Amino acid sequence: MYEHDVLVVGAGGAGLRAAIAAHEEGADVAMVTKLHPVRSHTGAAEGGINAALRDGDDWELHAYDTMKGSDYLGDAPAIETLATDSPEEVVQLEHWGMPFSREEDGRMSQRPFGGLSFPRTTYAGAETGHHLLHTLYEQVVKRGITVYDEWYVSRLAVTDHDRPEDRVCHGLVAIDIKSGEIEGFRARNGVVLATGGPGQVYDHTTNAVSCTGDGPAMAYRAGAPMEDMEFIQFHPTTLPSTGVLISEGVRGEGGVLYNALGERFMFERGYANNDGELASRDVVSRAELTEVNEGRGVNDEYVHLDMRHLGAERIVDRLENILHLAADFEGVDGLEEPMPVKPGQHYAMGGTETDEHGETCISGLYAVGECACASVHGANRLGGNALPELIVFGRRAGQHAAGRDLGEAKIGTGQVGEYEVGEVDTPVTPGEIGTPEDVVADGGESARTDGAGALVEAGPVLENAVETERERVAHLMGRDEGVQQAEIREMLQKSMTRNVNVFRNEEGLKQALRDIRTARELYRDVYVDDPSRTFNTDLIQTIEMRNLIDTAEAITLGALAREEFRGAHWRQEFQERDDENWLKHTLLSWNDGTPEVWYRPVHLEGREKTYEPKIRSY
Amino acid sequence: MSTQIQRTEEPEIETEDEPEAETESAGDRRRREKVDRETALRKEAEERLDESDDDVVIKVFRYDPEVEGKQEPRFDDFRVPMEKGTSVLDALMFARDHYDSSLTFRHSCRQAICGSDAFFINGRQKLGCKTQLSELETPIRIEPLPHQEVVKDLVVEMEHFYEQMHSVEPYFQTNDLPTGELEEQRQSRENREKVKMSTRCIWCAACMSSCNIAAGDEKYLGPAAINKAYRFAMDEREGEEMKDHRMRVLEQEHGVWRCQTQFSCTVVCPKEIPLTEHIQEVKREAVKRNLKFW
Repeated sequence: MYEHDVLVVGAGGAGLRAAIAAHEEGADVAMVTKLHPVRSHTGAAEGGINAALRDGDDWELHAYDTMKGSDYLGDAPAIETLATDSPEEVVQLEHWGMPFSREEDGRMSQRPFGGLSFPRTTYAGAETGHHLLHTLYEQVVKRGITVYDEWYVSRLAVTDHDRPEDRVCHGLVAIDIKSGEIEGFRARNGVVLATGGPGQVYDHTTNAVSCTGDGPAMAYRAGAPMEDMEFIQFHPTTLPSTGVLISEGVRGEGGVLYNALGERFMFERGYANNDGELASRDVVSRAELTEVNEGRGVNDEYVHLDMRHLGAERIVDRLENILHLAADFEGVDGLEEPMPVKPGQHYAMGGTETDEHGETCISGLYAVGECACASVHGANRLGGNALPELIVFGRRAGQHAAGRDLGEAKIGTGQVGEYEVGEVDTPVTPGEIGTPEDVVADGGESARTDGAGALVEAGPVLENAVETERERVAHLMGRDEGVQQAEIREMLQKSMTRNVNVFRNEEGLKQALRDIRTARELYRDVYVDDPSRTFNTDLIQTIEMRNLIDTAEAITLGALAREEFRGAHWRQEFQERDDENWLKHTLLSWNDGTPEVWYRPVHLEGREKTYEPKIRSY
Repeated sequence: MSTQIQRTEEPEIETEDEPEAETESAGDRRRREKVDRETALRKEAEERLDESDDDVVIKVFRYDPEVEGKQEPRFDDFRVPMEKGTSVLDALMFARDHYDSSLTFRHSCRQAICGSDAFFINGRQKLGCKTQLSELETPIRIEPLPHQEVVKDLVVEMEHFYEQMHSVEPYFQTNDLPTGELEEQRQSRENREKVKMSTRCIWCAACMSSCNIAAGDEKYLGPAAINKAYRFAMDEREGEEMKDHRMRVLEQEHGVWRCQTQFSCTVVCPKEIPLTEHIQEVKREAVKRNLKFW
């Protein structure tokens, strides 16, 4: 058993920032990550960090742009926190030595990005995430913060109270990937989940293979709801063959999109008459797919992104990494020819429901970064707003978990206060098919199986969780035959890409739910073929697979429930944004394995003003 | 578009080392159907392979210290489909997902930034995700990074590499921060340009693995750690005093002077960092600083 004040799960940007903040508060903090910190997916972020740093810009403009971009589904307290805290955080990164791109006067450069009314995206070439990740990791090394790398966290240790809002998180269970040992980690103060996005539910994604939604799925099964999962961002410029991201920085610097007829369709076909290529990501993604669907795509699959006119010097100065990516992963020389691009899954706006301090409805359980939904991005995230989210909310969660008083949160969590229960008409009962043994189930109910009544003390809660996890792994490893996770994964990814993509309709979403049910049925028979305890990636992927199923179901269920067109969520049957009925968040609670759908109104009330929903035009 | 299940050259490798199922779970009809389905698929794939040129055999190093029958290092052959753009990593993932789920290797981002899939491919350190099958001469051999302890299959022990990286104080240190609110510490474009390449390191350890000196001298800092120290030593924002300190770290007994400029690190670096040049520059700087004029 290991014991620390604060445990951070995941060591990307949000996790590292949380760990540094908790350490600065004087807490004994440790990070537990299934990779090594510098392998985290934050490193793949390219474009930049939004922060209102310069004359002519201010946090209110940043907040306004973000609210508009979110299609009025962001919560004002979270968005205003992002906008007010990010300048200080970005300058802090600079003071930690991050190699930002520079202006002639030696100050950090900023550039335009989609949906921004001011060029407020601070960047380091087209590899901003790499530098942010390494800079934060350096600070973790400097402080001597303990890192358990290549330890896979597979379960949270949460008390057994009936209502999630009464539960307390006392720690977690993790598998040492190298040795196969399964150990309990006690958190005296709190656990911060920073496990990143769930992009692997799709087969065409910019996300790393490690992005399997572990945090939200574990938290969900432990009682913390998932929020706004239907809002999946598709990035308009990914390479067709691999899903590798071509940064929005290319369009920010003046890159142009053409269809097969050579038309600059964003203008010529009227998709965004003012902003053109720099319209918001959802707008550009739909425009590209419409061009392809109407027969104006190149090779019926993609469109062209051209940056040649920017000139070699500027491209090399600001977008050099893009040249490498296009050459290495698509065989295209961006200086000589246009790059083929199409939309690909990129980001989950939804995640574990938290308040603006990063805390969930379970005491001592936090979630930050892409795995969380503090409701900063609402229905559509603006480019350049993910990295400030990591550092702003990473810091706050780290501080709060370490005991600092950040005042009372304005955003509520859990089923308290104003909420309404929902219902969705589905072709199958979602989630109903569990796994055969209780040991493979997860969350609060497993702790109840000891028959000695509810477990609420830290010690027994953790012991029970470790025991349950050891049995689960023994069960998966003990079988000699069954279905392998790769087969289920491929089926799930294909169905999600086919049915829960940029354009959605009822029939497709229902088909996806049927396929997810099939995935659950197959998962009952899942087994781990590799008998080794040493670095058993078969085992880890099999456990991840369970998280992918639960996450995919939440995404699809949310998409079926939301009968309107908002932000990234487009529905064939509902072509209007419906503020009267849908200015609210979709939430899903685990409810012993059968998701319970409920809603909470959006917080549009800021510190000084209330944000009035307006028509989004670009 | 389709990725048909192809058979391995030696189909029996998947099962030959597995413990035998002691009792057959009777009545598991679905399971049996699945096996039948797979057999049919394989047969079909086999027939198709005979007519197709679009497949290639990769020879992959295998070793598991724990499982009987796998403790003796060996190579397994896997036949994988090859299309335009298929990388070594794609091939390994295909082999793992379709033939042998115990095939073990690190990978994550698939776009040359996480640094976890450096392997020894046809005798050279390369990132799997960045290396196209079509660029390689057959037979394609994929092995773990040399000079590092093998944990299992293609996974090597990285601890020593991380220790060397940590030993050079790999974090920004300055006493010269501006005091004004939200005031950044300025850096000239020229200076950023100077350190730019050094900041691109993704800690993949390809350079360290390729270095003869590092192989023979465990204490040698190695090219990656020296490059990391260079990144800070040459950053004007740290100031002269800190640079002195950095140079002392770099000039230690097992520091830059061990380098024999064999250029292997520079050759293999997937991020094209001029490592040897950086090391030489540190040497020149050291000489300059230590020159005394009596």
